Amino acid sequence: MKDKSYGAVMARKNEIMKQAIGIDYAIFENEGLGFDYERMMRETGYTLEEMQDIQGRTGVGNTPILEMKNLTALARKLAPEGKGARIFIKDEAANPSGSFKARRAANAVYHAKKLGYKGVIAATSGNYGAAVASQAAMHGLKCIIVQETYDSRGVGQPEIVEKARACEAYGAEVLQLTVGPELFYEFLLLLEETGYFNASLYTPFGIAGVETLGYELAVQMREKYGKDPDVVVCTNAGGGNLTGTARGLIKAGAVDVNIVAASVDLSGLHMASDTHFNKKSFTTGHTGFGLPFTTMPDRSDVPRSAARPMRYLDRYVTVTQGEVFYMTEALAQLEGLEKGPAGNTALVAAFSIAQEMDADQMIVVQETEYTGAGKHIQPQLSFARDNGIDIHFGDPNTQIPGENIVLPKHPSLIKAVDLDLVKIKKSVIKNAVSGLTDVAITQEDLDYLAIESKTDTAFVKEALKELGIL
Amino acid sequence: MHVKKGDWVKVHRVIFTPDQRAPQVPEDTKKVPLEMWVKGFAQQEAELGETIEILTITGRREHGAVVEIEPTYTHSYGNFIPELLQIGIQLREILYGGDQDER
Repeated sequence: MKDKSYGAVMARKNEIMKQAIGIDYAIFENEGLGFDYERMMRETGYTLEEMQDIQGRTGVGNTPILEMKNLTALARKLAPEGKGARIFIKDEAANPSGSFKARRAANAVYHAKKLGYKGVIAATSGNYGAAVASQAAMHGLKCIIVQETYDSRGVGQPEIVEKARACEAYGAEVLQLTVGPELFYEFLLLLEETGYFNASLYTPFGIAGVETLGYELAVQMREKYGKDPDVVVCTNAGGGNLTGTARGLIKAGAVDVNIVAASVDLSGLHMASDTHFNKKSFTTGHTGFGLPFTTMPDRSDVPRSAARPMRYLDRYVTVTQGEVFYMTEALAQLEGLEKGPAGNTALVAAFSIAQEMDADQMIVVQETEYTGAGKHIQPQLSFARDNGIDIHFGDPNTQIPGENIVLPKHPSLIKAVDLDLVKIKKSVIKNAVSGLTDVAITQEDLDYLAIESKTDTAFVKEALKELGIL
Repeated sequence: MHVKKGDWVKVHRVIFTPDQRAPQVPEDTKKVPLEMWVKGFAQQEAELGETIEILTITGRREHGAVVEIEPTYTHSYGNFIPELLQIGIQLREILYGGDQDER
């Protein structure tokens, strides 16, 4: 009988992971602090053609791009003369299981089946759970989803409760937990007990699965509008959405596209706090995941995350909960499309950024997600009100996450707020070298950190000097 | 409420008591246990609240106190939010206002 204490299970982490993913991450490690990301993606992932084939066989991908003519018209009414780019969305809700996560799950579950695993397990409170469960059903594999669902009063986020229902609808077992990082412990125990595959969000196959999205996007825009879009906006949490999309765009040769990350501002709320858990009205797509995963990608459930958004993004903006709820309603009222709120985070950013751009330019929001009971603006706002959150019309920049939700009293008040990229890039470097003492930084390390932070070695040297390392 | 063998139930179990929680857990979370809920077929007769063994849908054996027999989804579209009604009215006014009445 193995020791099931927290410390003992966590100590077996690497051994359990190796069994459950079938990747020996050690072979990709460099001498110094880095690792060979591209080699890992190449040797453990799939080619774009293979992925398109794998996804196509389960009806995943080839989602339509829709022009938001009325939202564009609204943006132009608010923008200076000649400004107001055309806004598009890629309707990823059209995937089986209702979100782009089907792309990640398709590859992960295909891979698990190919390697002979009898089942798959994923730790997720998001759309990824339903995506994995749906794919597992298609491939005849068993599926367990581990969710952080409730606070200590046993009150569950309606959005997460709905996602559990969706997973169960596809035949998955759903294990629900109260708030806390020990979810990872329970996840490891389950992997060990069942011998199932870890369908992590952060494996090379999972991230490569999103590359088809970026690739398709570029091809579709060229076919229909004759050129690449100028800007693509990605809702950013764990970073895989942005990473995969950007890599796909690059594979399509769309190298000049400006990649923007957008997250819902949940500053001041602690993600592992029991009391804060139900004070937030977004369970994903927010800064509580976005910033930690962007600045420290290897905090995920695999030794080296394939989601590394800082390598690709050109701009990172935040929007508020109130703006996203407002825009979700606007999308229904003006475009006749009812979609889940979290996926509309990037749409808020696009609506704001479009007003800075010329009217002949194009901006694409690369996802939508399904909506339904629990996972919809009305139950999410109703839940907020029940939890003492003040909801009112006003200026969104007066919002305080966890205390209020400020719906813009006029659409002209919708403004994406830029995060300081220099600061974020320095955090990437700081986190990459944290814990390392008396290590001589080599040229290879400098090059690695420059790629990781999308800077150059001069920037890295300066950042390391500030940290007292060089 | 009586649980019959084979009933589909939801069970609850404490994974960690407050003193067993991970070191990195914030203070407020450290004051409460880590709890777990999972559904499965009851493997024995019991009364609501009693700890039993269940077989989950994937065939795993789990145990915990029965908290619900034939557990039901109760999430919904929530209560009416009057503010939402105003958004569409305002947006249509901004976009189409003035054009609607041609007289």
